[in-house]
Amino acid sequence: MAAQKITPLLKDELDIVIPTIRNLDFLEMWRPFFEPYHLIIVQDGDPSKTIKVPDGFDYELYNRNDINRILGPKASCISFKDSACRCFGYMVSKKKYIYTIDDDCFVAKNPSGKDINALEQHIHNLLTPSTPHFFNTLYDPYREGADFVRGYPFSLREGVPTAVSHGLWLNIPDYDAPTQLVKARERNTRYVDAVMTIPKGTIFPMCGMNLGFNRDLIGPAMYFGLMGDGQPIGRYDDMWAGWCTKVICDHLGYGVKTGLPYIWHSKASNPFVNLKKEYKGIYWQEDIIPFFQNVSLPKECTTVQQCYNELAKQVKDKLSAVDPYFTKLADAMVTWIEAWDELNPTGDSAKIPNGVRK
Amino acid sequence: MSHISIIDDEVDIVVGALQPDLSSFMEEWKPIFSRFHLIIVKDPDLKEDLKIPDGFNMDLYTKSDIDRVMGSSSTAISFSGYSCRYFGYLMSRKKYVICFDDDCVPARDSNGCIIDAVSQHIANLATPATPFFFNTLYDPYREGTDFVRGYPFSLRNGVDCGLSCGLWLNLADYDAPTQVLKPDLRNVRYVDAVLTVPSRTMMPVSGINIGVNTELVGPAMLPAFQLVKEGKIRWETVEDIWSGMCVKVVCDHLRLGVKSGLPYVWRKERGDAIESLRKEWDGVKLMEDVVPFFQSVRLSKEAVTAEDCVAEIAASVKEKLGPVNPVFARAADTMVEWTKIWKRVRRPSKVQRQ
Repeated sequence: MAAQKITPLLKDELDIVIPTIRNLDFLEMWRPFFEPYHLIIVQDGDPSKTIKVPDGFDYELYNRNDINRILGPKASCISFKDSACRCFGYMVSKKKYIYTIDDDCFVAKNPSGKDINALEQHIHNLLTPSTPHFFNTLYDPYREGADFVRGYPFSLREGVPTAVSHGLWLNIPDYDAPTQLVKARERNTRYVDAVMTIPKGTIFPMCGMNLGFNRDLIGPAMYFGLMGDGQPIGRYDDMWAGWCTKVICDHLGYGVKTGLPYIWHSKASNPFVNLKKEYKGIYWQEDIIPFFQNVSLPKECTTVQQCYNELAKQVKDKLSAVDPYFTKLADAMVTWIEAWDELNPTGDSAKIPNGVRK
Repeated sequence: MSHISIIDDEVDIVVGALQPDLSSFMEEWKPIFSRFHLIIVKDPDLKEDLKIPDGFNMDLYTKSDIDRVMGSSSTAISFSGYSCRYFGYLMSRKKYVICFDDDCVPARDSNGCIIDAVSQHIANLATPATPFFFNTLYDPYREGTDFVRGYPFSLRNGVDCGLSCGLWLNLADYDAPTQVLKPDLRNVRYVDAVLTVPSRTMMPVSGINIGVNTELVGPAMLPAFQLVKEGKIRWETVEDIWSGMCVKVVCDHLRLGVKSGLPYVWRKERGDAIESLRKEWDGVKLMEDVVPFFQSVRLSKEAVTAEDCVAEIAASVKEKLGPVNPVFARAADTMVEWTKIWKRVRRPSKVQRQ
């Protein structure tokens, strides 16, 4: 039997992006796994507050003043008072891969009691191909101990590059407010030992709590929208990014994986606060989902930015009738791409050094 | 969490006997099978008498029964080898049919408990499926889980489930080339999930361990794609892959669901992959034509029952795949013949289009 392959660390190719408004105490638990990496902290809320980063971590930190200074008028596309602001971190990163995690997420244990190195699993997911064109009933065929099943065409066994690795959560599940209210005590205790590719043509509700992606392949699509202060909606940031990303991945031939790794989600947010934030979204998603299920991008769109701008146009055309918010959102999507391109002129993003620590 | 109340009387367990001595198979499954009615179909090519222990409520069908029921159509469809189970499916009068290969026994879960694969298939079939939007926590109707944030409320009722595809520990359902390349590869990973395979996504359905709602799926479970040199080892056939894709296309069109995942069965060692490869059986090659066909086939809105759907698929097979290889033209004809026999022998399936 072949020896277990070692997953490369990628410590010079991956940034960890963390939005926070409180503190970063949770990093202590992650230290064994995160310390080799460069962190990008996006500080939401009051910029005059000092966020203490535990010693020993290499990081850069941006607060609202920094965002305004760096983006100027384009800063309007970055949400305030919402973890959606994290996407600013994606924009300023110079690395090929991003891992983003919430500050209430901790190291989980697998069924044998061992700590799960979530980052290592995400890296493995991103470095191995995806299989969006035909469902493999034994899930990820590139995992140790698995393969393609009988009937899987050999011409499809090379797979496609993986753009996104979507991890899951034990303990507090990512439910919407109505479900949280009805099932206040429900905890996710089921460890499902699988990674799988979400098939082409299928969209899903992406959660930003424990997420890895290949920034070179799909970065500009990971805009987390207009949420929080001054906006009519919240808690739809990651899902919006996920729907856009999936449509573009399907168009460009990239894969999206979901499943392992698990993290331990410790904090249940207030369901009444959540309900107020999500309220409009619950109605709007009935129109948003069919929009994304039916969207089609012209074959002339061959880059992520082109796809994204085309999506923005279609959002404006088709969803503005649902609410004027979508006109604003479509404009913000365009602003985001302009800002992304300004901060990331085409070239070797990996060769530019990290931003300076604050 | 919806309650599952299926009466045992609504279930048939169908087993195709490709080997004569079923004693250990039946004894191992007895605690699970004993409540149900069994249909055992003897492979018409098998010469020896079957050895079946007592104590089961069962019907046994052999070549003479097949010939009698098929009558003048007896040469049109082959029930040889693994396809013998379709005769059992045809003869069943129950709503739910659960099938296992005769080289499988009950598996144990990660706690060491025997898995009641029949109950799990029933649970899968009796709870809704969710093919229109992917739930990242898998089957939302399972105990301890639900739909995640962002899942549209209008889709949370789900749709009826037509097919439940189980998995295998130990000898997984790999093809011969894979098994030759990795002779020690055994599936030891117990993945505690059931999920709905999304609409318009095709998959290779393995016939080793499945459950069917016969009222919904009807003749879409069919013995049509039999190849020359097809053998008595699973990796020498693709008949179930073909049948499964027909079922998936029908379910997608009729807005029904197909689930995959639990339950697991334990599959015993059998066969020599190198020997099988030597036979130069061309199933692997033909999949390159089969899969793109099923991915692109679309049915008309006039097709509102499984029978209608199968007829349209057969016509499309004949038109598009027939010219590629005569085996496809034969498959199309067999599908038409099978549907006729199905209508003659069984009740028609429900009009399902929503």
